Amino acid sequence: MSTIVLLIVTGLGLGALYFLVAAGLSLIWGLMRVLNFAHGAFFTVAAYTGFFAAAALAGTSPWVGWFASLVAGTFVGAVFATLTEIALIRPLYRRPVGQVLVTVGLALATLALVEGAFGADPRQVTVPPWMAATTSMLGAAIPNTRFVVIVLAALVLFGLLFFLRRTRYGLIVRAGVENRDMVSALGIDVQRAFTLVFAIGGAAAGLAGVLAATYYGTIDPGRGTAMLISAFIVVVIGGLGSIAGSALAAVLVGLLQQFLNFYAAAGVGDFAVVLLLAVVLLVRPGGLLGGKSA
Amino acid sequence: MNAGAEVLLRVENLRVSIGESQILGGVSFGVRQGGITGLLGRNGVGKTTTLRGILGLLPRTGTVTLAGESLTALPVHEIVRRGVGYVPEDRDVFAGLTIEENLRLTERAGSEHRYPLVYELFPELRDRAAQLAGTLSGGQQQMLSLARALLNASNRILLIDEPTKGLSPVVVKRVAEALQRAAEVTTILLVEQNLAVARHLVRDVVVLDQGLVTFAGDIAELIDDPALARRHLGLSAAGH
Ligand SMILES: Nc1ncnc2c1ncn2[C@@H]1O[C@H](COP(=O)(O)OP(=O)(O)OP(=O)(O)O)[C@@H](O)[C@H]1O
Ligand SMILES: [Mg+2]
Repeated sequence: MSTIVLLIVTGLGLGALYFLVAAGLSLIWGLMRVLNFAHGAFFTVAAYTGFFAAAALAGTSPWVGWFASLVAGTFVGAVFATLTEIALIRPLYRRPVGQVLVTVGLALATLALVEGAFGADPRQVTVPPWMAATTSMLGAAIPNTRFVVIVLAALVLFGLLFFLRRTRYGLIVRAGVENRDMVSALGIDVQRAFTLVFAIGGAAAGLAGVLAATYYGTIDPGRGTAMLISAFIVVVIGGLGSIAGSALAAVLVGLLQQFLNFYAAAGVGDFAVVLLLAVVLLVRPGGLLGGKSA
Repeated sequence: MNAGAEVLLRVENLRVSIGESQILGGVSFGVRQGGITGLLGRNGVGKTTTLRGILGLLPRTGTVTLAGESLTALPVHEIVRRGVGYVPEDRDVFAGLTIEENLRLTERAGSEHRYPLVYELFPELRDRAAQLAGTLSGGQQQMLSLARALLNASNRILLIDEPTKGLSPVVVKRVAEALQRAAEVTTILLVEQNLAVARHLVRDVVVLDQGLVTFAGDIAELIDDPALARRHLGLSAAGH
């Protein structure tokens, strides 16, 4: 029983991280038809920014450092993504191949730069002592970081749904996911929504970068790429462009991975996820909740 | 072009190519201020392409001016904000949004003065405000698409593409009435294959054939002359 509880909470925590990366990917694809391979770079740069922000505040309360890393990482993720959209994506408007190449290039360049500057080895991050501790739940000792990640991702999910369903720009994004030409033909500058969606996606990926550091206790240059791959799978399973779909798929993928890697053998879970992807593509090519952004 | 009222929209030498094929080979015409001008022609001659070209939804060359101001270099949303409304051929309502959301998306300053007209013409849009647009019938979607364009009080001309296509006679009649009412508050450039409807609503007419304007003038002149009608529209008996 306690093992199952631990696996569920751990799977949910992993799913929460996937969701934070997948949310932006999904909205960016849905609205702009851009496969953003640079999304993992937002994650990585934010993780290192968070690390150094916390290090700079080393003398203060660990909560201050942790909170500062969260804010700094999220902010840098948003800024990096916004600049990417303005400087690299926008000039290649309606040239999908060029956009893919430029985001792949940015991803590789960022990886090389981070590795060159800070080395390829993982670095230990410090978290507040409470987070390093565990809470007992139905007999299982659950690391508190899991709860932190899950709660924050849930807040982001509700925030995004509120944005999409209740705000003017959310309305524009939902309409744009369906037919962005028609949004322009109503006199709306859809380009502004593109930039906004990149900023939001980058912020979520940045938050994921810092939270993944909290979750694993380390940062390294390569995790962003691994996250990106899982997030792409999540986005396709959930339905491209759908936030609720991404959340659902992220939870499914996280749980499936945890349970099969534990009960079958390490690696089986990851294989099963790819299998799930194949099945969804065959049975519901649009994804679980495809065609609805919110 | 007919003498009289001043020209509101002028299209000059509009060319559109998609891939290798040239769709429009230099279309030129003017739309007079007020009333409804028809854009006619057989299937596939480039009527829809002309409207999309005016809006900048397709890469094009040539010039488009609205009341003397050049629109050619502007992005689509700026062209629309200058006062060009669009009701596309396939309606293009946002299926995943409710009627109310579809309308709210379109709102601009002054829209509140247009809601009474819209709801008078199409009361079902108010009654079904919370229904998803994707679940509406074809006729209701057409009404929503028209309502969207009508909501913009700042529109000076509406480009309306085959609004009666695929609708039952009763709904065709309602749409025709709505167009007539709309023409009291704005100029309309109307693509319409239903010649009875066109004959009833339209004053000036522009005919396209193979990406070029082949006739521009009074609609009666065209439709009531069987030889002219056959030549330009490919019809044996028009104007009934
Ligand atoms: N995206 C496209 N790719 C290739 N050809 C196209 C494309 N869009 C339009 N065409 C071609 O351009 C020509 C004009 O099309 P358009 O839709 O403007 O005609 P239309 O006059 O509106 O016809 P209809 O009365 O059937 O609506 C057609 O031959 C069509 O096949
Ligand atoms: Mg057409």
